[in-house]
Amino acid sequence: MMERSYEKYFREGRLPHIWCPGCGNGLAMKAIVMAIEEKGLPQDETVIVSGIGCSSRASGYMDFDTLHTAHGRAIPFATGIKLANPRLHVIVITGDGDCTAIGGNHFIHGCRRNVDLTVIMFNNEIYGMTGGQGSPTTPLDRLTTTAPYGTSVRPFDACHIAMAAGATYVGRSTAYHVRHLAKLIGEGIDNKGFSFIEAYVQCPTAYGRKNRLGSGADMMKHMRDSAVMLSAWEKLPADKRQGKFPIGCFLKREVEDFNTSYEELVDRAGGVR
Amino acid sequence: MSKARLMQGNEACAEGAIAAGVNFFAGYPITPSTEIAESMAKLLPKKDGTFLQMEDEIASFGAVLGASLAGAKAMDATSGPGFSLKQELIGYGACAEIPCVLVDVQRVGPSTGQPTAPSQGDIMQVRWGTHGDHPVIALSPWSVRETFDLTVRAVNYSERFRTPVILLMDEMVGHLRERVELPESVEVYPRRRPHESRAEGYEPYRPASDGVPDTADFGQGYHIHVTGLIHDGTGFPAGSPTVTRDDIRRLHKKIERVGEEIIHVEESFLEDARFAVVAMGGTARTAYEAVREARKEGIPVGLLRLITVWPFADAALLRLAERVDSILVAELSYGQLVREVDRAVHGKARVELCGKYDMTSLTPAEILANIRKLAGRDA
Repeated sequence: MMERSYEKYFREGRLPHIWCPGCGNGLAMKAIVMAIEEKGLPQDETVIVSGIGCSSRASGYMDFDTLHTAHGRAIPFATGIKLANPRLHVIVITGDGDCTAIGGNHFIHGCRRNVDLTVIMFNNEIYGMTGGQGSPTTPLDRLTTTAPYGTSVRPFDACHIAMAAGATYVGRSTAYHVRHLAKLIGEGIDNKGFSFIEAYVQCPTAYGRKNRLGSGADMMKHMRDSAVMLSAWEKLPADKRQGKFPIGCFLKREVEDFNTSYEELVDRAGGVR
Repeated sequence: MSKARLMQGNEACAEGAIAAGVNFFAGYPITPSTEIAESMAKLLPKKDGTFLQMEDEIASFGAVLGASLAGAKAMDATSGPGFSLKQELIGYGACAEIPCVLVDVQRVGPSTGQPTAPSQGDIMQVRWGTHGDHPVIALSPWSVRETFDLTVRAVNYSERFRTPVILLMDEMVGHLRERVELPESVEVYPRRRPHESRAEGYEPYRPASDGVPDTADFGQGYHIHVTGLIHDGTGFPAGSPTVTRDDIRRLHKKIERVGEEIIHVEESFLEDARFAVVAMGGTARTAYEAVREARKEGIPVGLLRLITVWPFADAALLRLAERVDSILVAELSYGQLVREVDRAVHGKARVELCGKYDMTSLTPAEILANIRKLAGRDA
């Protein structure tokens, strides 16, 4: 059992956090520092970059150089940081709306560009901070404040997007499987390239209540019961997959990261590093 | 001085950026600013710098802001539609006090407008484009050599005041080719550095004696927090009226306090003038020629050229209005600069507009005709 040594990664003066009772964001944030601890990232050389929304408030609680950017723009800011100072480890915290709606273009191009970033998307399937509007990951036939008669547009699977767009590490876990989530984030940190990890988190306040999904704990029980490890998922017949979803590492591929390619470009240009 | 070269305004902008220490450029192609990105793509890899073509206009300015926070001197260049898209992040840069330069080579708008055709219709967007109260520094060159010089000045001001600085070019100067000699080296304002340790109570947004904070770069061990939320000296958001008022006031005061030191104007033929033309950028060249022609006709007219567009040259305009009877504002728009001049002169001189918005630049003859009218000599 690992020694509890996470306190040093938090700005205690900034706590307690603003998240509602039962929210899963704290668990996802903890998984990130577990991975940072496990991988031994130097605290002075790690930057946490976030967008706007509930998820993105995490940066303020974490004791690193932290950047709370504009809505949807965490990946471009993080790209600038990593290219300006490649020594820095850059971790991006974003939400489902931030990443796949307003920041969707940056998300897919981030995957394509393959800058060495670890992007963790807290997916609560709702716009929580603004009070429960539907997001691109809200499932069909759910109630939101902007879909009072039920959502009628199919949701995105952000992991599918990341895989198709060229990310070099893609995985998903949940707030219930926090150690598993930390393991995936650690693998994302290890991957020298654009890593995308979806952290499925519960929002009992703005989403669960409206859809009668119960308390935060009830929503986590649902994660426990419906998340299936990828190896088991692949063996499940189609009819058994109903209402379930896979978790695990979906993709890992070897592609030269942007900084390495850029160094080669500098050599071709006859530049000096 | 280096040996003379034939160079375009946009190329001189890139050369000026490199001379001033810019080592990061992110951009998106847009006419008539594209040559700046193309020049940077050629130059930066040779100079230990990073060039990045991003997926859109917003991303490129976001990357610039991130790069600056990580210690780079960073620049982006665009034109009207792209400038519109970047407005939110310009406000972010002003609020979070991130040094960087954004070049806007103006073209005819609104919307897609008339690509490549000259205009000066962004002057008010430069000032008021992003939401909320914020300060702005914008500089406008009238020649290729001055484009080099003002790019250097823009980079230096951005570092000194820790704010985005806009180089407000127009298509005429951007695509103008002239023989220029560039200096071997220029004076460079260094990145501000913290003077305290964390243990000594360092706060990244506490202002130094000049009202500007000595914010650390990422990776220096200070564990700073940067946000677009209104914040106090610690950099963390604070939902109090006092903090909000103090933060917004300080953003303005850090630039207001230096007053006319950064407000550059150039006067020509104004010593004995009864009439004046006010212009900026490429249009000021046309106006200069028109004023010389008018002088040949015996009209006592001079030119006041705005080099710093924002903060506005209120004091210089007021002094001018106290000396001359009437002022002609020559600009390539339906009338934007003229409103600001009219405000600044407090009724002490008559202000007339010589505007044009048909995708062609003003000619000396057109401005001369308006000078004659101003002087009561229209035959």
